[in-house]
Parts: sequence; structure tokens; C-alpha cells
Amino acid sequence: MDLARTEVKPRDRAGSAARLGLMVVPVAFFAVFFAYPVTAIVARGLKVEGAWQFGRIGEVLAQPDIRHVLWFTTWQALASTALTLLIALPGAYVFARFDFPGKQVLRAVVTVPFVLPTVVVGTAFLALVGRGGLLDELWGVRLDTTVWAILLAHVFFNYAVVVRTVGGLWSQLDPRQEEAARVLGASRFAAWRKVTLPALGPAVAAAALMVFLFTFASFGVVQILGGPTFSTLEVEIYRQTSEIFDLSTAAVLTMIQFVAVGAILAVHAWTVRRRETALRLVAASVTARRPHGAGQWALLAAVLGTVAVLLVLPLAVLVQRSLDAPGFGYYKALTGDDSGVFLVAPIEAVGNSLEYALAATALALLIGGLAAAALSRRPQAPGSDRAGRTPAGRLLRGFDALLMLPLGVSAVTVGFGFLIALDEPPLDLRSSWILVPLAQALVGVPFVVRTMLPVLRAVDARLREAAAVLGASPWRVWREVDLPMVRRALLIAAGFAFAVSLGEFGATVFIARPDNPTLPVAVARLLGRAGELNYGQAMALSTILMVVCAVALLLLERVRTDRTGEF
Amino acid sequence: MSTTKKITAAAVGLGLVTLSACGSSESGSGDASADSKTVTLVSHDSFAASKSVIKDFEKQSGYKVKVLKDGDAGQAVNKAILTKDNPQGDVFFGVDNTLLSRALDNGLFQSYEAKGADLILPEYRVDQDKHRVTPIDTGDICVNYDKSYFSKHKLTPPQSFDDLLKPAYKNLLVTENAATSSPGLGFLLGTAAKYGDDGWPDYWKKLKANGVKVVDGWEQAYNEEFSGSAGGKKAGGDRPLAVSYASSPPAEVVFADPKPKTAPTGVATGTCFRQVEYAGLLSNAKNAKGGKALIDFLVSKKFQDDMPLNMFVYPVREAAQVPEEFVKFGPQAEDPETMDPAKIADNRDEWVKSWTSLVLK
Repeated sequence: MDLARTEVKPRDRAGSAARLGLMVVPVAFFAVFFAYPVTAIVARGLKVEGAWQFGRIGEVLAQPDIRHVLWFTTWQALASTALTLLIALPGAYVFARFDFPGKQVLRAVVTVPFVLPTVVVGTAFLALVGRGGLLDELWGVRLDTTVWAILLAHVFFNYAVVVRTVGGLWSQLDPRQEEAARVLGASRFAAWRKVTLPALGPAVAAAALMVFLFTFASFGVVQILGGPTFSTLEVEIYRQTSEIFDLSTAAVLTMIQFVAVGAILAVHAWTVRRRETALRLVAASVTARRPHGAGQWALLAAVLGTVAVLLVLPLAVLVQRSLDAPGFGYYKALTGDDSGVFLVAPIEAVGNSLEYALAATALALLIGGLAAAALSRRPQAPGSDRAGRTPAGRLLRGFDALLMLPLGVSAVTVGFGFLIALDEPPLDLRSSWILVPLAQALVGVPFVVRTMLPVLRAVDARLREAAAVLGASPWRVWREVDLPMVRRALLIAAGFAFAVSLGEFGATVFIARPDNPTLPVAVARLLGRAGELNYGQAMALSTILMVVCAVALLLLERVRTDRTGEF
Repeated sequence: MSTTKKITAAAVGLGLVTLSACGSSESGSGDASADSKTVTLVSHDSFAASKSVIKDFEKQSGYKVKVLKDGDAGQAVNKAILTKDNPQGDVFFGVDNTLLSRALDNGLFQSYEAKGADLILPEYRVDQDKHRVTPIDTGDICVNYDKSYFSKHKLTPPQSFDDLLKPAYKNLLVTENAATSSPGLGFLLGTAAKYGDDGWPDYWKKLKANGVKVVDGWEQAYNEEFSGSAGGKKAGGDRPLAVSYASSPPAEVVFADPKPKTAPTGVATGTCFRQVEYAGLLSNAKNAKGGKALIDFLVSKKFQDDMPLNMFVYPVREAAQVPEEFVKFGPQAEDPETMDPAKIADNRDEWVKSWTSLVLK
């Protein structure tokens, strides 16, 4: 035992060094573009003449209004997450295991809501649950003033998170394992519970965590559908910073948000560690088959029905409204640059958005990929299951959680932080184009990490060891063992990062850019003006945003099939 | 070991590339903003001007104009204050009388008396001793009504604040959250000007009893809830009265294709609160000279004539042209409610707080 250990140690140390090396870029990125700006804006609110005013925390927390906001934020996020899992997990199963015509298109379509700006979605969603909406016409039910509208809109937004995160892994689980359990006498349910469920655990946890984070930090949905009566922490931070200009209250709320999100992430990290196991992954194309039997067809029909009503219908309303003018009038109006609203034709926002999103995707893949690669490597020495307890291991685990913080932190905090933190050389980026992709990458990176990490970690370490024993360098091991197995995850990650960047509205809107608004910003500006043409153009631009997202996601689906076909 | 080092080196290298890429683009733009040939206007999202008019200014003055639209009116002001030591531009346009004191108290502007300031209508002039801000445009926040609803129901549209309390108009009005929306705040200030510091809470109690609906922003009120606007019609809005601007009816005509003979909406002229927007030369402006020229341009006849149909506001300059659509469909209120910016500053936060607990809770 002692002998074994002395043999292992140098390699272990080298592994730690490699991991820390891979972390340099992500750490620097988050320190400069997240921690520093957020600290700057919090300090502006809480520091008076160089002294921190931590007494404000007690004062703010003592306000009943603020406590009400905290309570509402928490319970609506829990309820939204539960509802989303309930509705979307059957969807994840259907997308993972069934083959049906139009599956690729549909998978892209269900992701579109996720990337649409909330200003637009609020409008679309009111058409479903509001007055004169479908529910109203069929059963006289109106939900637009109730909390149900918020919960359902959260499902609408986050359906794709569950389908893609859980479904992505599910489709690669070898069904023969479950079949083997059944041959050995397990009931269908027992086989699923003991074989599939544990394997899916990390992905379900990751998805649930993301949905919880998004709904905990929900902003536009609550603002539009909740009206002035329902307010989340994020909405309150926005109001305090942007409208009331009470920076000290905003700073306290930001710190509360940090603590809450940090706690959630810590719990998540713990549950994931407990469930990690090496999985037998196979190509997705092997596992999907046509549904057979009444039960499976019924399930497919139920899922498709849900998707049609909850996701496609609100989108269809947008398209229909954009076509209301004769002869594509609203679309034609987009190309005119005489309106003066933008000083450029609104249609140019499409090009701006694509350029920014591509840059942001590249950044997110680089940063997130390096982080995921570092986080996935754990010392595999004999008896070192607990090796994660080394200082380096602990540091890495902490960083895993840290990377996700931007998802749960108010965009207005980050945006305002950028303004006051990145304003001096060598980091005078306020008027640089890179600021927009940087802000977008901040929310893209967690997607890349979360999508890739479960798959990377599930790669059987013995494969790497075998390759290393056969003389492959760590780089080559990664390229020839890890990469082929995670290609799919990488593409999904890229797709998500791209789509999120395309629709990112929060931080982008707080960064002023001359002449080149992104699509969501252009939509918001058009909606901010009276008159039919402006409204129609906003709908037309939203439709274009939807189509661009859908096409981008669809292309990724195609690429994926070609590549996975190789092995 | 050596390969490990290689990976580390590669990672560090990539990081340096990333950072230096940022660095280079930063230095490029840094030069541009320090360039005395560029003048930067910071404003809110509603800023708009005809290209040709801006081109003319550029040709005449030799400056290139860069426009930064920095969020809605409140956000733009707050961001300008946050960055006042190292401003994003030279001139700020778009602080209104409801927020003016916040900007002045925080030292956002430096003194400059614009050429042509003497041609600005006297009622809009403020800060006459220091000349830190110059009035640029004005507009009225008023209740708009849906003409077809009132003709269908054979009902006269309300004309005054008092009318809005009548049972005939129960459950018809939608307004914005005064804490988060500029027209919402304007409407609240209008009632405070009309009924006095002590009287307005009582008015709102009655308005609440008469079924006023409060939504968070103008977009929701006007595009979703109001039955008279193009957006609201599509969204099935069912409130025929909404707090918006006096210039909203002309906008409904100008932005319609084909243009209707008459506006689908009208203005309750006895419910108006007058808003004035100002521009000022930012303290620490890098191109103060260019900034001064830009402010002169904003009060020039050319810009003032061009402004109404771009931003849907009224000019403040004597004898500036008011477009025909405005005269026909959105005339300025003859006797709007007004309030001294200093008084607004003293009471705004407290009023909004009491309004919130009175109306929203």
C-alpha cells in the first residue's frame, strides 16, 4: 500500500498541476469580467468614505416588503422547477428514446422559447393565458393576473433545458443495461429505478438546478406577467438600481442573491458528487426507435400535444401578428432606414446579433471547455476516491459552483458593474464591441460547462488509463478518448451558448452601443414606441429572431447526426 | 511532466491572446473617443433624429456624431451619474423635469449657455443663474381614450382628473407603476399638482375604488391593455383609457399604413402633466468644445423642426414648426399641470412610497 502510494504521488501532483493550468484562463475571465465589476457596483452602494456599511444589511432585511420579495422569489422558483420537471421529463424521454418524423425540427423548435427575449414572450404568452386567449375562449379561464401565468411561462422558457440536458444523456445510455436487469428478473419499474435513474441523476440534478436558478433570477416574465404585485429579487434589484437609484439597497439585495445562489450551487455540487458513476455511453442513434404499443404512442401524443399548446402556440401568435399587414408590410418596413429610431435599418440588427453571438459562442466554448476539462479530471490513484479532498480538488470544486454564479446574478448588477469597473486602461472596454460578447459569454459558459461536465465525468477513466499506459500523451488521450465521446455534448453546448447569446437581453441592454443594437434590443426599442408600424416591426423582428435561432439549432442537430454516425 | 507544462503553457498563452485581443480593441476605441473630431451624445432609447439633419451638422461643424442610447429615461440618467467621473460621452440629452434635480445635485453637468438659448420659450427655462441644462423638447403625459369604444357605448370620453372618478368610467383606466415608469410618475405628479400635497392620496383612493388597473410599464399599458392602440387591439386590450402621451394619437396615424383620416384615439386634455427634457454638457467631457457645438445644434431651428416626428415631442423654440399631424390629432394641452423641479425633488421618493402602499398593496 505504501509502495503503491509513493509510486502514484508524482503523477497525482502532475495531474493537479495540469488541472490548475487549465483553470488559469477561466479563472482570469471570471475574475475580470464578473467578480471585479460586481464587487465594484456593490462597493459603490455599500461603501461610504472607504468604510463598508454592513449595518445596511440588517436595515434592508427588516423591511417587510423585502422579506415578502424573498419569500415569493423562493417559492415561485421551487414551484416552477417542479412543474417544469413534471412536464418536461416525459418530453426528455420521448426525444431521447423515440424516433418520429420531424424530431430534429421539433427539438430545435422547443429550444426557441428559451432564447427569445422576455419582452416578446410576455406578449406571446398573454395571447395564450390572457384575455381573449385560447384558455379564455375555450373555458373562460384567464390566468394573466395569477401566479399561474408566471409558472406556466417559466415552463415555456425552461422546457428545453430539461429536454436537452437530460435527454442528451438519456439518449446515450445503453438500453441493454436496463434490458439486462429485466432479463435478470427485475420489474420494468425496478429496472428503470435501479439502472436508468441513478445514471440520469446528475443530468436531472443539473437541469433542475438550472431551471431553479433561472426562475429564481426571473426578471422579464415576472415583470410583464406579474405586474406590480409580484416581484422577485431580481426585479427588485433592477428597480432599486435602475429606477429608484438606491444603490445601497440594491447592493444588499445583490449580496443576498449571491448567498442564496451560492448555497443552491453548493448543494448541487454535493448531490452530483454523490451520484457520479462511470456510464456506458453509446451513440444516440442506436438507442432511439419507433414507438410501439398503445402506451408508447399515447405518451408520444401527449408530449407532442403539450409542446403544441404550451410552446408552439404562443410562438405562432407572434408570427401571425407579424403577418397582419398586407404583403409582408412589417418586414418591408424593417429595411427602411428613414425612421431615425436606430439611425440604421432595423434589419441590420440581425447581422449584429449573429456576429456578437458567434464571438460569444467562441469565447464560451474556449472558457467553458477549458473549465470542464479541468473539472472532469480527478486523480485516479488507488484508494484515492477521497483524493478530491486535496486542496487543489477542493479549489476546483469551489470553482465548479462559482462558474454558475452569473446565471443567478442580476444582469443589471453586471451591466452597471461593467460601466464603472471597465472604464480605465488597461481595461477600458466600455466603448469596445467586445463588451457585448463578453457579457453574453458570461451566461454561455455555465451552459458549456454543465452540458459537458456530466458527460466528461462519465467517461470511464480506465479508457484514459489504458491509453496512457499505451504511451499516449495527456493531450492525445483527451483528443482520442474524451473528445469523440463528448462531441455531441460539445455541439449541444455550442448550440446553447449560441442561442443564449442571440437572445441575451439582460446585460446587453445595459451596455450602450452606438448604431448597432442586437435583435432583442431592437425589439424592445420598437415596442417602446406607439403606433402600428412600430408594433408590427417588433413582431416581425421577433419572428426573424425565432427563425434565426431555429435554423441555427437545426443546423447543429444536422451536424450532430453526421458525426455521431461515425461511431 | 513536460506535456503537462505544455498544456499549461498553451492555456496561459490562450489567455494572453484573449486578453490582448481585448486590449487591442480597447486601445483602438480609446483613441476614437479621445479624438477631438468625434462628439458623443449620451441619451435614452427614445432618441431619434433624421439622418440628413445629423449629416448637416457634421458637415457644418466638422465633428462626427456618435450616439449612445443607454436604456430608458431613468436608466440613462442613473448610468450617467454613476459614470460622471469618467463619462461615456460629452453631452447628455434626455433628463426630464421629474429627474432633473437628481442630475444637478450629483454634479452631472457643467455650465454652458447655448447659442440660441434666448429663443427658447421662457416657460421652459430653468437653472437661469448657472445654465447647467438647456431645455430641448416638451411633451404632455395625458390619459388617452379609445374613440370607437366611447362612440359605441354612446359615452362622452372623460376630460379631467375629476371625470376619471365617475362611475361611468369604472374599470376603464389603465396606468403605469409610478415607481418604475416615467409616464406613471408623471400622472402621479399631475394629480399631486392638481389636488395638492395632502389631497392626492384621497384622489387615488377614489381612483382605486373606481377600478384603476396598474401595470409595470408603458409598453404593457399601451400595447397590451389599452383597447385603442394598434398593439392593444391585436392583444385584445380591454381598457379604453390609458395613461400615455399627448403625442400618442399622432403616432397612431403616422405609423399606420395606409394612414387613417383621423386618429383612433384622443386625449383627455384635462389630465395632462407637462414634461420637459433637457440636455447638458457633461462634467469631465473629453470633447467639451464639440459638446458645446452639439448643444447649440440641439436648440437650432433645424433640429427643433425635425424633432417632433422623430421623437414625438414638441419643440421648445419659438416659431419652430409643429407638424400638421400634431395640430390635428395631438394638440398641446392649454393648461397642463406643472411642478417645479425642486418641489419634485423634495417629494418624489416619499410620494412614490406612499403611492405604492396606497395603490399597489
